[in-house]
Amino acid sequence: MSTVVEFEKVVAVAGSFPVLTGLDLRVDQGEIVLLRGENGAGKTSFLRTCAGLIAVNSGDACVLGFDMGVDRRAPRRYIGLLGHENHLYRDLWVREHVEFRAAAAGAAESDTDAALEKVGVPEQLWTVPIGSLSAGQRRKVAIASLVVGRPRLWLLDEPHATLDMKSRENLDLILGEASASGATIIFASHERPPTNGLASRVITMGGGRVLEDSGAS
Amino acid sequence: MTAVTTSRVKMTATPITRVLGVLALAATALMALLGLVVSPADVVQGEAVRMLYLHVPSIWIAYGAFVLTSVSSVLFLRRTKHRADRGRHYDRLAGSAAEVGVVFAGITLITGMLWGKVTWGTYWQWDARLTTTILLFVTYLGYLALRRLPADPMVRSRRAAVMALISFVNVPIVHYSVDWWRTLHQKASLSVGRRPEITGEMYWTLLYSTFAVTIVAAWLIIHRYRVIRLEELRDEEALEALISSRLTKDDGNN
Amino acid sequence: MLAETLLVARKDLRVEWRAKVALGQVTPLALLILVVFAFALDANTSLLKLGAGGLYWVAVLYGGTLLIQRSFDVETDDGNMDAFRMSAIGAPSLFLGKALALFVQIGLLELVLGLGIAFFYEVRIVDWALLLVAAAAGTVAFSVCGVLWGVMSAGLRVRATLLPLLLVPVLAPVLLAGSRAFETALGVRADAGWTWASLMFVIAAVHTAIGLGAFGFLLEEG
Repeated sequence: MSTVVEFEKVVAVAGSFPVLTGLDLRVDQGEIVLLRGENGAGKTSFLRTCAGLIAVNSGDACVLGFDMGVDRRAPRRYIGLLGHENHLYRDLWVREHVEFRAAAAGAAESDTDAALEKVGVPEQLWTVPIGSLSAGQRRKVAIASLVVGRPRLWLLDEPHATLDMKSRENLDLILGEASASGATIIFASHERPPTNGLASRVITMGGGRVLEDSGAS
Repeated sequence: MTAVTTSRVKMTATPITRVLGVLALAATALMALLGLVVSPADVVQGEAVRMLYLHVPSIWIAYGAFVLTSVSSVLFLRRTKHRADRGRHYDRLAGSAAEVGVVFAGITLITGMLWGKVTWGTYWQWDARLTTTILLFVTYLGYLALRRLPADPMVRSRRAAVMALISFVNVPIVHYSVDWWRTLHQKASLSVGRRPEITGEMYWTLLYSTFAVTIVAAWLIIHRYRVIRLEELRDEEALEALISSRLTKDDGNN
Repeated sequence: MLAETLLVARKDLRVEWRAKVALGQVTPLALLILVVFAFALDANTSLLKLGAGGLYWVAVLYGGTLLIQRSFDVETDDGNMDAFRMSAIGAPSLFLGKALALFVQIGLLELVLGLGIAFFYEVRIVDWALLLVAAAAGTVAFSVCGVLWGVMSAGLRVRATLLPLLLVPVLAPVLLAGSRAFETALGVRADAGWTWASLMFVIAAVHTAIGLGAFGFLLEEG
């Protein structure tokens, strides 16, 4: 079991604000970790720092074996990031967009159909421009874009937001499958349980640090 | 170059810059004396030639500062490649040189236009020097705008540095293009736009003026550099305070 | 790298094909600019004929800036910049891909503008080869400079004003060279048209070289 994320006293600054103030955390491969915390606790910032989008000011941060202080761009191709926004090209058709994301991630374009089916986007919507979909359907397309890339580390920020009950359960299934096949998942969520049942570990953040850790390894 | 290391010090002066400042004032006074009184009026242009004693040195500073900004930016980029924290002094130098440069580019344009009105009868000539200077002026403005963006300081500095680098290549291209363009399209009557030959006393006054203006510019750049340094210190301290306040607030909650 | 470049270019062009902003909005606007020039110059046909080369490039500058802006608005919308940064596609391919897509879009704009000056200003094309090569050279320069400076102002609130401020001083020599080359090709003036065209290629080459090196870290967030 290898360590996927290892943070030691990490301080990260975005703009001129210290978003992480000495964070210690270790996540091993295959874990599904739920991040909780109030608004402003640093959940999003932590996910973005793992993705290398926020620079590490001080401390040691290692993601997928790469030292984030040396080259924070290195692990990105193995990471699937889903932020608050969906990262969708609104003018493209659903299938065109996911095909592009697949090709960009080095996956086969034929995986697109399977990914779209998996997340539950009905086939008649595949040739519809993304801009005319509802918020929930757009979220599903965004998730499909992630799924198709088969990332080793999933970083999800409120992934269940705007999804209906059935789609949420479906997402949990997808995440469970991914974890079973060796991926590591860290997601931030405000959701009440059932989501709690998915995660093997719950971490509560506050003030840019870890406050509570239900399963410190 | 850095004079201050604590936030309690509010001034940017050091013994060296005080001497430099006095020297600059004295040099400027002497320059005014030489330029306005002692040196003779020109045979062709009359008193208008005195404008050149400010105009020509200003060109030198405008372009010299530009070169300084560009070279500093290159050094900054090279330093930050190895360690993200190093090299900030190059970035500060690039910024302060640019601000002084833009001021002198403005002075160049205004004095040039006034001189042109008196000697050629027109405010503007589409020759390589004037045209390149106005494009340089706008380039400077764009560079300074880029430096003021709301962004991570490191990212902001790096973008500005890349811009300085591209501009360093671009400005000679502009000069060459316009020069060649005007050479091709020059008609005989435009020889009136040629700059005068300067000899004798005027030559020495001009040389001296260049020296005096350079001292003034150096003084300005040094002080601007220090102000930038103070601004950075202030931001760093604010950040430290913010970090510790978040930490203590948190311990209170636990 | 070629495959990735084409992938990015195809995506950009497909977005444009679906949204039809370049075709439906920018091109008509640029054509209108040609008409407005005629108003400004009092429909003086000899003046318009003389100035057609230059006026064409001013219209390209106007339309091109809008297209460059649009190209990056698509990328910063909906947090797309993050996806851009996270993708496995290398920065040089992203740079070239976007430049290629812009080349096609600006090229199509120029095609329409070319027809515009032919009909509105009644120009006569003397040297077809020079005209096409000069147009291509200018388009390459516009595209490459556009991507490089576009990324610097991408996502910022002030981008609509910052982009032109940064772009125009850089494109000024391209405008100068393009106008002179076109004047030669349109028989207005006997000039060194081919040299002007090569100057535009030089400018494009310089910016491509810098772009390939710098695009990677220019993408990092601001």
